[in-house]
Amino acid sequence: MAAITLDKVTKRYPDGTEAVHAASLDIADGEFIVFVGPSGSGKSTLLNMVAGLEDITDGELRINGKVVNLLSPKERDIAMVFQTYALYPHMTVRQNMAFPLKIAHLHQDEIDRRVKEAAELLEITEQLDRKPANLSGGQRQRVAMGRAIVRNPQAFLMDEPLSNLDAKLRVQMRTMISRLQQRLKVTTIYVTHDQTEAMTLGDRIMVLRLGVVQQVGSPQELYDYPVNLFVAGFIGSPSMNFMPGQLADGMLKWPLEDMPLPAETMRRLEQEKVPRDVIVGIRPEDFEDAALVDGAKRERGATITVKPDVLESLGSEVFAYFPVPKPRAAQMDELQRVAAEVGAGDAPGSESTFVARLSPATTAQEGATFSLWLDTHKIHLFDAQTGKALGR
Amino acid sequence: MRFVFSPPAGEATGLLTLPWTEPLEGWKDERLVEIRQRGISRHVVRFVSDNGVLYALKSISERLARREYRLLRFLAGLGIPAVEVVGVAVDLGPDADAILVTKFLPFATTYRAVFSSPRGGGPPTDKLLDALVELLVRLHLSGFFWGDCSLSNALFRYDAGTLEAYLVDAETSEQHPELTFGQRHYDVELAVERVYGELLDLQAGNLLPADVDPLEVAGELQRRYERLWDELTREEIIPPDEQRFRIAERLHRLNELGFDAEEVELIAAPEGNRLRVRTRVAESGHHSRELFLRTGLDVSENQARRLLNDIASFRAYLEQKDRRPVSEIVAANRWLAEVYDPVVAAIPEDLRGRLAPAEIFHEILEHRWYMSERAGRDVGTAAAARSYFERVLPQVPESLDTAAGSE
Repeated sequence: MAAITLDKVTKRYPDGTEAVHAASLDIADGEFIVFVGPSGSGKSTLLNMVAGLEDITDGELRINGKVVNLLSPKERDIAMVFQTYALYPHMTVRQNMAFPLKIAHLHQDEIDRRVKEAAELLEITEQLDRKPANLSGGQRQRVAMGRAIVRNPQAFLMDEPLSNLDAKLRVQMRTMISRLQQRLKVTTIYVTHDQTEAMTLGDRIMVLRLGVVQQVGSPQELYDYPVNLFVAGFIGSPSMNFMPGQLADGMLKWPLEDMPLPAETMRRLEQEKVPRDVIVGIRPEDFEDAALVDGAKRERGATITVKPDVLESLGSEVFAYFPVPKPRAAQMDELQRVAAEVGAGDAPGSESTFVARLSPATTAQEGATFSLWLDTHKIHLFDAQTGKALGR
Repeated sequence: MRFVFSPPAGEATGLLTLPWTEPLEGWKDERLVEIRQRGISRHVVRFVSDNGVLYALKSISERLARREYRLLRFLAGLGIPAVEVVGVAVDLGPDADAILVTKFLPFATTYRAVFSSPRGGGPPTDKLLDALVELLVRLHLSGFFWGDCSLSNALFRYDAGTLEAYLVDAETSEQHPELTFGQRHYDVELAVERVYGELLDLQAGNLLPADVDPLEVAGELQRRYERLWDELTREEIIPPDEQRFRIAERLHRLNELGFDAEEVELIAAPEGNRLRVRTRVAESGHHSRELFLRTGLDVSENQARRLLNDIASFRAYLEQKDRRPVSEIVAANRWLAEVYDPVVAAIPEDLRGRLAPAEIFHEILEHRWYMSERAGRDVGTAAAARSYFERVLPQVPESLDTAAGSE
């Protein structure tokens, strides 16, 4: 097994473009780490540098303390798990899983042992002597996964391995990968542009933007304490709602309704000497239909009046989309940049529409005003100039 | 539904009436055909014959479909052998995949068909490996990482008895300015594993000749790749007094391998001059271009080599007969009019389409050689052609695109 260290790893192309800038990270033996970011964030380039497919321009890559910058992919003993594997129709499941080990000239007893173990892990022991045509889609994917597992590498590297599966199979395989990793305890680096995949799979997540590491932390840390606007917008689905505002006299003044901020928030902000202009962020799930919030909880927040133009009921929850006054253009520059990068340019909550995730018991009606409660303790504030989180 | 295609693709507009919003797997349309002995595919792939053109339709996520569309167009721009992409259909319904449309390569065959009906001399594995390795090297020279090089992901065309490979599947490919050693190494490693798997699969289905050892063939792929890569890219130090001869020798060797030099660089070094050759990656080789300039025939490299040799023999025959020198261009034009075109015109109607005309001509020349040897005299091309059309061509399986039968 492997502990992997990225020490200021940089990828610079001959024309000077930096695809990855000084990425540093200690990945513990057996850890499941996810590199996440939008297209062009450098996540795949970073993975390819770990795999040995891209040369490292500066910095060091160490596996179990040994510098491997110049070692070939094979010498690093790490397995790139392919997006999809072809299963060979005339071969049994057993043969489909075993044949890569024959190229590696492993002894037949060892091959049999590894295939048996992998099949047990993947719960396909009963299918070992079947042909792929007799398997379900999920079983086929498990056989493909088995082909990677039997190699017994020091680490698995996965670059969007689920991206060409249909939605149902993707969810099944996500669970399967997570369970396997917990059982095998093989260090795993997983690249995805899908924040849901990142949140559900990773022990820790590294968020990248334009080749620069933004934040590394557990899924909950990233969700609760995003260090900047980008991470706040990228993590969470639907995305966090953003709106420019001002802080004055312990009050948050913004285009919705002015409201007091909790005392402890104000205390932290005062200690930081935060600027007057801020960007306010609030997650859809930190709203609720005020009629459903009881007294004690209600005290923790503020109530505003809104008129939703669209209500989407998913059975377990209701999404309410309501228009908010459009802020001045200059204040929106950074927000629009972030929205474009996280792919939320047209999404509700990114510009002049907010989205609230409400209990299915809500009585809100499309086109009718109602009282919306928001948890002011959960409000996120960001520096309007730099996008950095305030009051953490 | 939106169908994005790159003009000109006028004929593809006939495809617009297909039932795009239905899942491809369940399509029912009289234009759907089956291709026998196809390679292994991870996705739903179906074939449609419309207006005399055969199309391959692959159901795949929109992101991958658009990427593959872009990459195949890029390869076409470079002149690297790959299937021609027609377009991509998107917005086919909620959660529906996109459909990538490519043209099925005329006169193409698959590795499985090559094994079931081998043509020409020599083991089919040699030809398949050489073709696949040459394609992989061309891709790598252009900075293209295939990511899934396999026999299933290529189509093959006969080229004077040898094979020429065309890339079919680029869904896992990446385009880079230049490939690193690690990328090339990994791509070859993937190819070795996949070819091994495909041959084992044929073996498991009793479709592989008994004398073919899948492990040996897979290992040979790597060795051949390394040899060809080294031939094409190695830098060598040459003493100044051998410079002219050694450069000519190197360029000749490149041409022999079917490649051309794009640029030759000489760098002064204390021990002599360092010779660096940048190889042109486009498919059209030296002989192919030469034949095209002389006759207007657009054929593969080895076919061109064969036809040029025949033109040279014909020229010698003319000079001997007329007792005066005949220029290359005159000889080529007379050969076209008096030898090649009449043979091609004589191909029986019902046997047309089994092989490309240049390949048929090549096989007739081979047949003529065997007939002449048996007869102890030159039987001539016309007699050889008659015999070939009668005895050999009817035994050639129909090409996969013409044999495609309605479902």
